[in-house]
Amino acid sequence: MRFRAKIVDVSCLSHFSRIVNTISRLAKTCTLRLADDKLYFILSDKVANGGVSMWCELQQGNFFDEFQMEGVSAEHNDIYLEFMPENLSRALKTAQNAKTVKIKLTKKHCPCLTLAVELPSLSASSRIVTHDIPVAVIPRKLWSDFREPSVPDFDVSVYLPALKTMKSVVERMKNLSNYVIIEANRNGEMNLKIETDLVSVTTHFKELGSPPWVFDDATQSSSQDRDPETMAEARVDIRKLQQFLAGQQVNPTKAICNIVSKRIVHFLLLHEDVSLQYFIPALA
Amino acid sequence: MKCLVTGGNVKVLGKAIHSLSRIGDEVYFQPLEDGLSLRSVNLSRSAYGCFLFAPLFFQFYEYTSCSDEDQDTNESFRCKVLMKSVLNVFRSLSSLEKTVEKCRISLNPKTSRLVIQLLCKYGVVKTHNLSFQECESLQAVFSKDVCPNVLRAPARVLVDAVVHFPVTLSEVTLAPSCGGRVIFRNYLEEETDPSKMMLTEMTLNEDEFLHFQISKESEITFCLKEFRGLLSFAESSSLPVSIHFDIAGRPVVFSLEDPVLEVHFVLATLSEQEVSGSQKLARGSCTKDDTRLPPSEAAADDFLSDDIDSYMIAMETTTVEEATANGCQPPHSPTFPLKGSGRAEGSSSILLKPGGRRKDLSMLSNNKPGSESEEEEEEPGEVPGTPPNKKFRSLFFGSVLSQRDALHHTGLSEEVLAEASDVEEES
Repeated sequence: MRFRAKIVDVSCLSHFSRIVNTISRLAKTCTLRLADDKLYFILSDKVANGGVSMWCELQQGNFFDEFQMEGVSAEHNDIYLEFMPENLSRALKTAQNAKTVKIKLTKKHCPCLTLAVELPSLSASSRIVTHDIPVAVIPRKLWSDFREPSVPDFDVSVYLPALKTMKSVVERMKNLSNYVIIEANRNGEMNLKIETDLVSVTTHFKELGSPPWVFDDATQSSSQDRDPETMAEARVDIRKLQQFLAGQQVNPTKAICNIVSKRIVHFLLLHEDVSLQYFIPALA
Repeated sequence: MKCLVTGGNVKVLGKAIHSLSRIGDEVYFQPLEDGLSLRSVNLSRSAYGCFLFAPLFFQFYEYTSCSDEDQDTNESFRCKVLMKSVLNVFRSLSSLEKTVEKCRISLNPKTSRLVIQLLCKYGVVKTHNLSFQECESLQAVFSKDVCPNVLRAPARVLVDAVVHFPVTLSEVTLAPSCGGRVIFRNYLEEETDPSKMMLTEMTLNEDEFLHFQISKESEITFCLKEFRGLLSFAESSSLPVSIHFDIAGRPVVFSLEDPVLEVHFVLATLSEQEVSGSQKLARGSCTKDDTRLPPSEAAADDFLSDDIDSYMIAMETTTVEEATANGCQPPHSPTFPLKGSGRAEGSSSILLKPGGRRKDLSMLSNNKPGSESEEEEEEPGEVPGTPPNKKFRSLFFGSVLSQRDALHHTGLSEEVLAEASDVEEES
């Protein structure tokens, strides 16, 4: 197993660190999958983290000037690492004006992702900062835990309103209740509701629009013949939703919310070459 | 003592208080003939900071000996004030800069108040009357001139170096090499699992330093918090920082110098051998004892012998033994009680403070800093420790008494700067 990559361009670097920063707010530990052409940040739905899962995918070519990797074997040319994104985010934070950032998989006291940051200095020579981020290499037999989740057979799909607006609404609701009900219909209406013994609050969003999904098989068509007025709803842990909204550093070009009634809420953010999916299970 | 600070210097004074507040809970005000000195020391006495503002720093500086009787001794009045209350005066540096035109400080022992007046714009005067406590002079005993290693760098360079470390990190290791590079590295506590912690290393080249003198390669580990405090002051005053150090375990001295200002921060460094707690302590003292004369003979003037390690260990053991003795437990080792009691009576001038915190640090205070600190330098003591794994070597603080006081105290037990709570009965 071998991996080395290099970022030279400042805008690539800041883009990359924004993404890592987003990831670090969503997950304490996550899995980094390195493939020949892509990087994936994966959080699989363990009960321990509330059944939330995440899938973030980026094209390496859009970030790295150099990207060499050699997976476990020729037919399984992948590397799966478990690590704390917080560490990587912290390391990248002080590398904002770096000349180059090199990322390598190294064997030190334990397997590490080593970041070597070359910073400009006042003198002729540059300053070198290295960060050794401990990682755990995930054996091949566990790889199947980290398969890409399929888009669920949703009841309703809507575009999300501006995430900032949603965030401030949810943050206020969080003070009143631990759960929020997300509901939407095919008319492009979405409501965020909380209901407690003392108060019920609902925020209505209108004219959000429905993304044009193209289905190639008949099974994924339940949303097609749904009454456009009927709401599909899911009750979720408000902290999970708030965490997701607060973590967003990039303003996505497309933000979509899919609801499987009473089962799961699926968020899909698309930003240029990066896609981020986030799944929050519904609570009874 | 009366003085007046004007213009930008008010902010400098405020910054100095801020950076001292990273060290201790009290500020020692000591007006001297060559300026006003502000000092602080932390609870475990592993960090000491001193700012000396020369008379030229002030628009007006009047120094008076505190009373007539004292004039021959040339000793000034000094006191300590709670850090919190002084910090309150200088809390907001930006408003200090914007609104305060002058700052008048007067210290009058007769009125028992330290008065800090901020003369602001539009004739607003804020007067702070701070109560103080009289105290001994606080003086860390260190001599940076004998340190084999000296580094000097613009504050900016050092700030850039420590910015890579997380705010929560408590200690950093500085490792210069003769090859002309200086490495900063985060220090991992022994109990932390290395596969959990990110290791960060920063390399600075020799040419970034204004002065680079490494005659003895060594790595030192010191607290980052106090260092950051000094750096923020140094950065704002854009003064280069000098770092004087020796081997691990000896204090490191950070200093800033300016015609009107002198700053010294002395921080304890972690000793190299990290031993875990009492087990090692017991072993250490036992082996020492084996090689020595029978304790009864050795005890008499052990204080002057250079084997200070076993001395300190014995002191530590004394308290432990006494505690057990109170519980009617027979001492398990015949050497300890003998030694302990002999010494406790004979020379109570040294009080050991077994650090109540996880950083174990011995604190000695005495009025003969010279002799003892030399002893310490010759044979740095193994500081006895109970639970902690890592230890800072001792820093010595002499409470420098006036000659008159010294006369008074000859033959008596010397003044102790701060007493260790658990050995109070002995002093």
